Amino acid sequence: MIAGALVHLLPVAQIGQDFFRDRSDSDCISQNGTFCFQWAVDNFTDRYLPPALEHVALVAISVIAGFAIALGLAVLSHRRRWLIPPLNVGTGILYTIPSIAFFFLLLPITGRGNVTAVIALTAYTLQILYRNIVAGLANVPAETKDAGRGMGMSQRQLLWRVELPLALPEIIAGLRIATVSTVALATLAVFAGGDGLGQELVGGSNLTFKTGVILAGGMAILIAVFFDLLLVLAQRLLAPWRRVRPV
Amino acid sequence: MSELLPVADVISSFGDAFDFIVSPQPSPFAAGGGEVGGPAEVLDKLVEHLKISGASFALAVVVALPVAVWLGHRGRGEGFAIAIGNAGRAIPELALIAFTVAFIGLGFANVVFALAVLGIPPILTNTFVGIRQVNRDAVEAARGMGMTGWEVVRRVELPLAVPTIFTGLRTAAINIIATATIATLAGQTTLGDFIINRNVFGDEGVLAGAMLVAALAIAVELTLAGIQRALTPRGLRLERATSAAA
Amino acid sequence: MTRSARLRALFALIAALVLAFTVAACGDDDDSTTSEETSGTAIESNPDNEGVELTIGSKNFDEQFILGEIYAQALEAAGYTVKTDLNLGSEQVALKALQEGEVSGYPEYTSTALTSFFGFAPEDVPGDAQQAYEDSADEFEKEGLVAFAPTPFSSANAVGLLTSTQEDLDVETISDLEGVSEDLTLAGSPECRERIDCLKGLEDNYGLSFAKFTPVDIELRYQVLDKGDADLSILFTTDGQLAESDDYTLLEDDQGLLPAGNVLFIASQDAVDEAGPDFQETIENVQASLTLEVMQELNARVSLDREKPEDVAADYLQEAGYVE
Repeated sequence: MIAGALVHLLPVAQIGQDFFRDRSDSDCISQNGTFCFQWAVDNFTDRYLPPALEHVALVAISVIAGFAIALGLAVLSHRRRWLIPPLNVGTGILYTIPSIAFFFLLLPITGRGNVTAVIALTAYTLQILYRNIVAGLANVPAETKDAGRGMGMSQRQLLWRVELPLALPEIIAGLRIATVSTVALATLAVFAGGDGLGQELVGGSNLTFKTGVILAGGMAILIAVFFDLLLVLAQRLLAPWRRVRPV
Repeated sequence: MSELLPVADVISSFGDAFDFIVSPQPSPFAAGGGEVGGPAEVLDKLVEHLKISGASFALAVVVALPVAVWLGHRGRGEGFAIAIGNAGRAIPELALIAFTVAFIGLGFANVVFALAVLGIPPILTNTFVGIRQVNRDAVEAARGMGMTGWEVVRRVELPLAVPTIFTGLRTAAINIIATATIATLAGQTTLGDFIINRNVFGDEGVLAGAMLVAALAIAVELTLAGIQRALTPRGLRLERATSAAA
Repeated sequence: MTRSARLRALFALIAALVLAFTVAACGDDDDSTTSEETSGTAIESNPDNEGVELTIGSKNFDEQFILGEIYAQALEAAGYTVKTDLNLGSEQVALKALQEGEVSGYPEYTSTALTSFFGFAPEDVPGDAQQAYEDSADEFEKEGLVAFAPTPFSSANAVGLLTSTQEDLDVETISDLEGVSEDLTLAGSPECRERIDCLKGLEDNYGLSFAKFTPVDIELRYQVLDKGDADLSILFTTDGQLAESDDYTLLEDDQGLLPAGNVLFIASQDAVDEAGPDFQETIENVQASLTLEVMQELNARVSLDREKPEDVAADYLQEAGYVE
């Protein structure tokens, strides 16, 4: 009660008349033009670069974690063959479930926030990569493995010195697919309370902002292309004996 | 806020979600106890989801399949077909929907068009690759037997390319179903309504929506797998082209 | 090159790319120019507040983001450690977040509080801002929540349409829609379906039925009119677009279904106790200049000029002299 009365006594700051902008002449932004180049240049570093970097971080962490776990599982099931059918069926079902649904199915387990987004993205890349690594290992020619054994290699040496390097192209193909998909999926992190480019795509009134949608969407595509090229480069460097197949 | 919740909570969350599907609940958020959920509402949104997905899928097939078959048969445009596949994969679904809302507008037709854009690349690429990968000897033999170009396509190339083509069709279908979920942002009340509008439907709604979309995807996948089995020529051992899989 | 040399090259390349990205990101930092001196009560940082952490929430549209940012930045200037959790959702979600302690407080409208939380009928919502404030504060107190003093401006839902459509249909009030509404599409927020000062009230109180109700994100409320996706849309009286353009018209609420409400900052009792008197004083101080014109200007800066809410809030605080 008293507080209410006090409000009327507080000195009201003078908001000068020049605070109110004159919007009578329309420019690109007020018309919501298709792409306001000047505005984009002025605002890019401030407004789109930070979310883009957050996006890169989300994807990088998730893919690396997913790859590590998938590799571990693949190596494990290489040794213990009986693991392969159940893991395959499991990941097969998960593979069919649309990434979007998958993301939200994990939310009750992991709550809201950035850590959640990473966990969901990691789980998603994990199941793609597991199947790819296993398939890659399965495609190593038997003669090559025999030759290795003939040379006196142990199981372990065979795996790390022969099978995995030969499976590398297929593994990298899987990595490329997983990474590009994860970039797209990470735009949804905003619905789980996470960071990334999703906020600038659909947050608040950004959904109607043409220039903003192009910038945010364009950045997402660029990030996907960037990672793709990086992986192609990695394959060229690490497994030069195989031509990089178009994936 | 993002610590792993105990197992009991997780199970009860899924239980709540199941309840949500099966019977109308008082909305946890609406004052005056408006009801949400329940089979009727689920069915409504499911039908809407199928309508949009079906229309876009049909459009994508009609556009992509003939073009890809023709290109594959003639052996032209390999770079183009592969590039389209790659490019299609890089499009974030949310960006596509945002683009549709900001530039084209809401409305059923607009969203169908946008979703079809997502469906075209996998169908195009996989069909092309499938046709190209058909054993050249078989094609030569067919021509030697006097078949016309169209007959070669219909009786040799297409049947032999069925697995690869269907991989593309299944990928496109799943992509479209997935993106129809976020088409809610564009004013289409699909199953995504439950997921996106946590406001109205609550956390159980979000989970229920995700479960329903997952179930729908699995159902569609199994259906298409069944159709594929029916269309695959008997007595032919076909290598699954895992490299063309998306 | 040997394998290990190639690996080194790859890592070097990655490092270079990361470095380039970081340099670009740490690029231009704009120095804001100081504004003219105005007679506002500048906020002073109180060292007692340093240990107190507050989380400021908001609902899910531009005006709420701006308010949330204004309060958050003001409290920071007062020496608190502030986090924001804006874009919580509709009023029910925000209230739940507050009750569960996820946020320390958020801005709510008296009209929304009375009709959506406390079951008031729209006609029972007091027209007098002070009375509405007292009624709301009493109700909130029963829930263990504290309502701070109201803002000068008030906002209401409104049924809006393109001026051209209004001329074609020749309607002035919402009641005029009777008999016409069956052919029209109405767009509103998803929760509008359940709210008495929205679709539910239009159907129950005005007795209107529409050809279709399209639930869309609040931020699309003008887009749907512009693109012709809906004939009618639920708008807000404080919208920047209304002040800046003649393209849109609001229908008169002749039956008083859509009451106006001032904004009250609602906080949990715990937060108020822990934070000390500066919490309430800062909030009430800093909102004192939010007249209808000012709020519309701030809204316009976000909706039309496409500025970020935090920048708009910062400019407001500076211009009014609360923050240097």
